[in-house]
Amino acid sequence: MNYETIIASKEGMLGIITLNRPEAMNALSNRMVTELVSALAEFEKDDGVRCLVIAGSERAFSAGADIKEMAAMSAVQMTMTGHFFPLWDKVGHYPKPIVGALSGYVLGGGLELAMSLDVLIASESTQMGQPEINIGVMPGGGGTQRLTRAVGKAKAMEMVLTGSRIGAEEAKTLGLVSRVVPKEAYLEEAKKVANEIASKSPVATRLAKMAVNKAFEMGLTEGIDFEREVFYLLFASEDKDEGMKAFVEKRKPEFKGK
Amino acid sequence: MGYETVKTEQGSGVLWITLNRPDRLNAFNEQMGNDLLEALKEGERPEVRCLVLTGEGRAFSVGEDLSTNRSMIESGKPVRLGEVIKRKYNPIVRSVRKIEKPVVAAVNGVTAGAGLGLALACDLRAASDKATFHEAFIKAGLVPDSGTSFWLTRILGLGKAMEVGLLGEPIDANKALSLGLVNWVFPDERLKEEVAKIAGRLAKGPTRALGMTKRALNRAIVVDVDSALEYEMYLQDIAGRTRDHVEGVKAFFDKRDPAFTGE
Repeated sequence: MNYETIIASKEGMLGIITLNRPEAMNALSNRMVTELVSALAEFEKDDGVRCLVIAGSERAFSAGADIKEMAAMSAVQMTMTGHFFPLWDKVGHYPKPIVGALSGYVLGGGLELAMSLDVLIASESTQMGQPEINIGVMPGGGGTQRLTRAVGKAKAMEMVLTGSRIGAEEAKTLGLVSRVVPKEAYLEEAKKVANEIASKSPVATRLAKMAVNKAFEMGLTEGIDFEREVFYLLFASEDKDEGMKAFVEKRKPEFKGK
Repeated sequence: MGYETVKTEQGSGVLWITLNRPDRLNAFNEQMGNDLLEALKEGERPEVRCLVLTGEGRAFSVGEDLSTNRSMIESGKPVRLGEVIKRKYNPIVRSVRKIEKPVVAAVNGVTAGAGLGLALACDLRAASDKATFHEAFIKAGLVPDSGTSFWLTRILGLGKAMEVGLLGEPIDANKALSLGLVNWVFPDERLKEEVAKIAGRLAKGPTRALGMTKRALNRAIVVDVDSALEYEMYLQDIAGRTRDHVEGVKAFFDKRDPAFTGE
């Protein structure tokens, strides 16, 4: 897989995507979005890949959308191309778990991308914000919705209306990221978490991810009903037999994704 | 690099930064704030492995230049100190705390207000026996800034910090030593030479490990024990992979002094 703006590689059971436009602080360009969608599609098909990691650089996960490119687009162009919608669509409905390895600037579209991933590991230098308001627009990739669900209305309003940023520790306190680690360790930590997820049953992680995401879509009763059904469904998997057997035999399970 | 109000001097791994407005007792005007910030950035260069902050003349620094406040008051303009702190002092304090190298304050004389804040933000403090420390804010009808409320409570404990903050009595060098406000007191004429020894030793140290030790200790005073344990674990993992660790272990078994390179 040869890309210009990202690097896609496999490490064991992990698919690793690294945003790679260092000169532009990993700003999301149309090209990067196309390449991300295609790399995600490749890893989705690859049965050897059980979990993904999306990372940027220590300095910037992604500082947002490529403003120069975006400034030249008309409303009609945006509508007809969907702008970044193919990415939000892909990542928003992605079946495999994705760990976000965040560091430095996670702003605008960069934060929207991060929030649509599953587990977020942040380096202590991480700064998160939705600065779109500073240039006369507003979040357009799910920011107003996902940020509000993650941190609550008051903080989301402050961030969206003033464009102010928060640091890693505050993000963790607010529940926006799950772990903060030293800047030298964030990528490795993200891979460690991803490997741990990859060691579980892929059937179980897929359905569990889906069920957690439903919590944002459904009422409590429907959500619990949904959970119960997918829970029962797992009892049809070979991995469930293996997992429970291994538990009783006091050994590590070997999950096959069946 | 040349600055208007700050002198820098680099020799064998140590960057000396000297506040240089002796006629104003090294009070901070706008220019000195900017110059110091720039000079601290010089400290990021890899050949710098330790920084020393000191003052020219008989003061370390007396903090904010109150003549600015006086002219504002006289001309009937509102005094907006919050802005000054945000723009000038907080970035300096953060920069000193964040730089991953030891920063030593050579407190050569009187230090007050934000000057005290700057000294306290440093990792280690050596004082001349002529140095005096003034948490002077209260005498100007102001409150502790530049991190002094934070450092004084951490270093002195709340009870003593209240005394210092509310009464603003000057503290001489020996009192400062007994309070733990400074690490060493040296006779005035030997201050430079003694600090040069300490800084020279730090500059030959395992710079990454020194930097991470600073990070760990600074973090430990604001988090709970479990977070501190976890943070230590990560940092040790990183330190264990440095060349200096390899050298340190070798030197231990060879029964010789380690030759650290900072890598």
